[in-house]
Amino acid sequence: MEFYDIVVSILGSTIRLSIPLLFTALAGLFTERAGVFDIGLEGKMLAAAFASACVAYVTGNAWLGLLGGIGVSILFSLIHGFASITNRGNQIVSGVALNFVAAGLTVVLGQAWFGQGGRTPQISGEARFSPITLPFVDAMRDVPFIGPLYVHVISGNNILTYLAFLAVPITWWVLFRTRFGLRLRAVGENPGAVDTAGISVTWLRYRAVIVAGFLCGFSGAYLSIAQSAAFIKDMSAGKGYIALAALIFAKWKPVPVMFACLLFGFLDAFANFMQGKAVPGIGEVPVQIFQALPYILTCILLAGFIGVAHPPKAGGVPYTKER
Amino acid sequence: MSQHPAIELVGIDKSFGAVHANKNINLKVEKGTIHGIIGENGAGKSTLMSIIYGFYQADRGEIRIDGKPLDIRDSQTAIAAGIGMVHQHFMLVENFTVLENVMLGAEGGQLLAKGVSGARKELKRLETDYGLDVDPDALIEDLPVGKQQRVEILKALYRSADILILDEPTGVLTPAEADHLFKVLKVLRDQGKTVILITHKLREIMAITDEVSVMRRGEMVATRKTAETTVEELAELMVGRRVLLRVEKGAAKPGKVLLSVKNLTVKDARGVTMVDNVSFDVREGEIVGIAGVAGNGQSELLEAIAGIRKPASGEILLDGQPIANADPARLRALGLAHIPEDRHHMGLVLKFEEYENSVLGYHRDPRYGRGALLDLKAIQADAVEKIEKYDIRPPNPRLKTANFSGGNQQKIVVAREIERDPKALIIGQPTRGVDIGAIEFIHRRIVEMRDAGKALLLVSVELDEIRSLSDRILVMFAGKVVGEKTPDAGEQTLGLMMAGIAA
Repeated sequence: MEFYDIVVSILGSTIRLSIPLLFTALAGLFTERAGVFDIGLEGKMLAAAFASACVAYVTGNAWLGLLGGIGVSILFSLIHGFASITNRGNQIVSGVALNFVAAGLTVVLGQAWFGQGGRTPQISGEARFSPITLPFVDAMRDVPFIGPLYVHVISGNNILTYLAFLAVPITWWVLFRTRFGLRLRAVGENPGAVDTAGISVTWLRYRAVIVAGFLCGFSGAYLSIAQSAAFIKDMSAGKGYIALAALIFAKWKPVPVMFACLLFGFLDAFANFMQGKAVPGIGEVPVQIFQALPYILTCILLAGFIGVAHPPKAGGVPYTKER
Repeated sequence: MSQHPAIELVGIDKSFGAVHANKNINLKVEKGTIHGIIGENGAGKSTLMSIIYGFYQADRGEIRIDGKPLDIRDSQTAIAAGIGMVHQHFMLVENFTVLENVMLGAEGGQLLAKGVSGARKELKRLETDYGLDVDPDALIEDLPVGKQQRVEILKALYRSADILILDEPTGVLTPAEADHLFKVLKVLRDQGKTVILITHKLREIMAITDEVSVMRRGEMVATRKTAETTVEELAELMVGRRVLLRVEKGAAKPGKVLLSVKNLTVKDARGVTMVDNVSFDVREGEIVGIAGVAGNGQSELLEAIAGIRKPASGEILLDGQPIANADPARLRALGLAHIPEDRHHMGLVLKFEEYENSVLGYHRDPRYGRGALLDLKAIQADAVEKIEKYDIRPPNPRLKTANFSGGNQQKIVVAREIERDPKALIIGQPTRGVDIGAIEFIHRRIVEMRDAGKALLLVSVELDEIRSLSDRILVMFAGKVVGEKTPDAGEQTLGLMMAGIAA
């Protein structure tokens, strides 16, 4: 039974580690499907995490914190949009620049406002999203096999976790069942077709990056006021890039994106678990090996193990009317 | 009965920076007619149509639809006014279905489910009314080009267009597909629609239009009833001087075999066989033309001979020497020159200045420098010589290549390859996007090369060009050479072979 407990515990932390990836990858899905590459997911997440922590600390309300994160993240999206949609700048450069801005600005402002070396003060109580206990937990506790799974993996997460999984079918529905989704997918493949149909390419792409900002707001808030209880310098720690890898791995499709994020989350959880433990037959392996696993996997997967991933055809190309 | 014209342009004027694309254009298109607009590349036809479709705004002038002035600020306005446009490069989303493409922009509500059944019904109706059949659930990327174009027409009709503008619609079609398109256009006209056909092909104008307007250098120079004009008159109006439409050449005097292709098979990057066991010879002093609809393996054949693509199997011999594995530099040294199909993609570096492009590929020649250093003076002197000889305009070797017109860019490539005096020359689409005046010039040079005893292999999707230049014609279909004909073979015969129907 001890082994099963370990499995449950790893699965539990898999969920917790996957959530920021999931929000962020879905954010990337919206912009990239619209033909705007978004390497700035990382920066948006970080800025949102900082903003959420600040607002939540000051107001003592987690929901206002989330709102603050969303606001700042959308602001970053709009800057990216202004540079790469309106002014047809290079989307990668704009995204990288925003990542640096976020990394620098959060620490500087954090230090200036709170004087704790770029951290925000600890947040507690109402200012945080705390775990929710689902009904029947007590009744389920003693049910063999499913019981622990229900209690430790499905129940006991914060509201944002459930929202993240809810965002997957919603994203699918928006993309494939609504007018906005049809146009969004079209503009990422052939903006000329959208333009000649009398639809504004610019406005459509702006809406896509705004949606991305909205979703990154959730992932940022999750980091600082749900998973942790404060903003810490560089706390996004490359998750934005991993989310991007998951997006490519999943070939820009919502449900596969969820599984890809869970896979990366699992690897992360596994690496944490293996810390300081001996591998049978090998002995103790440096923890760095396990920590590197998700990244090694990313390289291998992107190098072609998933078959050719066809990105949206117009991705990365600013739209100019042909003369 | 005073019927207003379907569309009337009054004093339309448009500049892009220093380029005056449309100068004071006046045009009347009557309802229920097919109106041709003809002109050379860069004459301003496409700009004018883009103004009508709301892609650009005119600087001055007025557009009247059905007699009423209309300020067309965007495509939405144009569509609402009943104007539909079929673009030269299709505006389709390739991984969408036909239905999704037709609905895009006219979905009939926030949710797709609502509009779908209505759209299916409407497509069915259009299919029976105009003979435009196409499977609504097929993916665009799986459809042949002719059908893709049909989807474009359906898109316009679905938005209840009364005026249909087609921009160079036949460039990508087989002769049979083009004929079918013309039938459809006639049905549309007979049902009261107005069709505006933009083209540079005189034959199409004569075959299908009721009236024709000619544009030259941004001006509308004449409008004629098609029945009352001739090809010669239209050509002269387009160019502004008399032009020779037929290439004048004597009989070929073929000598020994110079270029020989034996059982050549070429695959593309995905491993699909593009050239399938092809064999032929090209002799000294003859032009062998390869006819075919674009995408039937001609490009891959050219690239294999030019050393850009490695053949999967088979032999290529130049003057008896095997060259199947030689790289382009070695081929040039052996006397095989290549005018590539796509000058922008392969023939030129558009950001370079003219003189740099005029030696590209031959820059290692000791005439142009020593070791790692280039002798810019020698290169520029050489460029000036070519500019004079080939009448490249403007005559400035220091001008950025992108700033030359299509015809002059092509002349830069032609001059570079021909002036090396190669033994054999392989030529892809020598006059694609080139104006009539330059076409005449390039054709003359090609015939001169032949008369000087060179072996020439010519690939072109313009059947007229193949027929007027070649001494022998090979027809390619689906990667195979399906037959050989003499240039006096009828267009019909060749057309059927190109469609893979007759051998």
